[in-house]
Amino acid sequence: MTTNKIYESILPTRPWQASMKDRLTTGFVLVFALFIATLLVKITGLSGKLGFFVVFVIVFVTLTSGREYRRFGSASAKDALVNALVAVGTFLTLIPIGSIIFEVISKGYKGIYLGLFTSDMSLNSPNDPANVGGLGHAIIGTLILVAIALVISVPIGILTALYLTEIKGKFSQPIRFLVQAMSGVPSIVAGLFILSAILYPITKQNSAFLGSLSLAILMIPTVARTSEEVLNLIPNDLREAGVALGGTQWRTVAMIVVPAAKSGLLTAVILGVARIAGETAPILLLAGGGDRFNLDPFSGPMGSLPYFIWNSFKSGTPESIARAWTGLLVLLVVLLFLFSAARFLGNRKVGK
Amino acid sequence: MSTENNGDQAKMETTTTPSSLSSVASASKRKAINSQPMGTGLEARGVHAWFGKHHALADVSLDFAAGTITALIGPSGCGKSTFIRTLNRMHEFIPTAAMAGQVILDGKDIYDPSIDVTKIRLQIGMVFQKPNPFPSMTIGENVLSGLKLAQLKTENKDDLLEECLVKAGLWNEVKDRLNAHGGSLSGGQQQRLCIARSLAVRPQVLLMDEPCSALDPGSTLRIEETIEELSSNMTIVIVTHNMQQAARVSDYTAFFLSDGGPGQMIEVAPTNEIFARPRDKRTENYVTGRFG
Repeated sequence: MTTNKIYESILPTRPWQASMKDRLTTGFVLVFALFIATLLVKITGLSGKLGFFVVFVIVFVTLTSGREYRRFGSASAKDALVNALVAVGTFLTLIPIGSIIFEVISKGYKGIYLGLFTSDMSLNSPNDPANVGGLGHAIIGTLILVAIALVISVPIGILTALYLTEIKGKFSQPIRFLVQAMSGVPSIVAGLFILSAILYPITKQNSAFLGSLSLAILMIPTVARTSEEVLNLIPNDLREAGVALGGTQWRTVAMIVVPAAKSGLLTAVILGVARIAGETAPILLLAGGGDRFNLDPFSGPMGSLPYFIWNSFKSGTPESIARAWTGLLVLLVVLLFLFSAARFLGNRKVGK
Repeated sequence: MSTENNGDQAKMETTTTPSSLSSVASASKRKAINSQPMGTGLEARGVHAWFGKHHALADVSLDFAAGTITALIGPSGCGKSTFIRTLNRMHEFIPTAAMAGQVILDGKDIYDPSIDVTKIRLQIGMVFQKPNPFPSMTIGENVLSGLKLAQLKTENKDDLLEECLVKAGLWNEVKDRLNAHGGSLSGGQQQRLCIARSLAVRPQVLLMDEPCSALDPGSTLRIEETIEELSSNMTIVIVTHNMQQAARVSDYTAFFLSDGGPGQMIEVAPTNEIFARPRDKRTENYVTGRFG
């Protein structure tokens, strides 16, 4: 600790990061590029947002790499060019995502009121004004549907991945092929399959459980494929070390391989949930999409947020369309909450 | 080294170096052992390193004269690997990393914003602890990969390929299978391939971070011979846990130690002095094996 005292006056620096002057210059280049783009769009025949964007990108990229060329020469300029193009690409990806979120929030927030979460639509039609009725039943329905699908598909998906990566049995190749093929199955096909295999011949009534079964069909391939990729990344040294300590394969996989891949497996599950949470068709066919609270997954129709949105849009009045946007906003928030919770639980340090 | 460097060293000492570490400066006054030093030297001035809030390395000033081999020794966690990585700006790849001080090459601080970092790494090569030939390339392609990465032109690729492999002591073993994959070589051969690879871009300085730690004694011996041959025209800095190795290959040895706080350089001297007459008690304990 004494050594620390002596060096208190010396401050850590990061000379490799851009200096204030560099950042100011970048800011200036950005503003200048915007200015030039505006000017060119005004003067020449180029018009609209696209023309503006193209001009802006060209000017910005040229200026940035030109500046780097003056500092360090052509290799560095190419580096800067590629960096700038990557940044533009990232920005382009963010545009649709950003505008979707913006649109949903700006159109959906008006319909938010407390009763929305505690009431259902059993006494209202979608055409009623936004301050009556609610989508509590749809939130509960979505959670139940997803939860059951999760319970069915996560074990099956991860066990399939373990078969493919750990056991590497005779059927690995055909199973891998089947899983891959299954991941392309449209949701309506999964819905129709359960409909004709279980609903018509056996249960003869709508239920959330059947909806979840079809959702599980959609979710299993995603979970299995992603888990397989993740498990393949675990170095073989770890498996050998576990086995060399006298562990059986099962103990090694359970104690070492799976915990090492935990965060990746969680991602697999999240991707799986993302695949099914917004599905509408199987819900429509199997769960039936009710408009009242129903907590029993095995009998009677159950609503879900995607169904609520679809149903509201279908009505077509201004009130019902506004209600649909509110439903979309709630669906986004519910998903965000689910994913954040999963990340939080998954990243929690064990024993601390 | 020139007198100018010594002047800088003295000036620096008055500003940043605590007097307890003044042994550092005296070593820099000793001239290179080789009669005709080539390449350029490298000089660290008051280098500190941090990982986040953790102060990993404190105030290391060390002069690597041109054409000399300097070994960095010390127990695990004493900051020697961190130090060697500050010498060619690899330290900054760790997201939380920070540093202070200067590293002088050709009279310029390599951390100066006006310096192109890729050119620095071209001049200061590095060989890593674990052999890491590029998996998608053949032996020949591996050796010449630096030229492609840095887009350098060369007159005669075959000559350069042979020259580098000969220098790295690998030519005779691989000359008939230059188109085989690098991964098909043994560990020791792979490491010599990595040395050949770093030679092809003709660095002035070669940093080696425990290059023999994963190798058998035979391969270690071959690489030590390679290092000695190379030092005739480049400056070499080698981190090693093996004190016999330091004694065998190096002209100078620097001893690093952490007393629970940041790692520090305790002592630097010509290698025979460090092992025969260490000035610091802690160095003596370490080199005689009573510690660490």
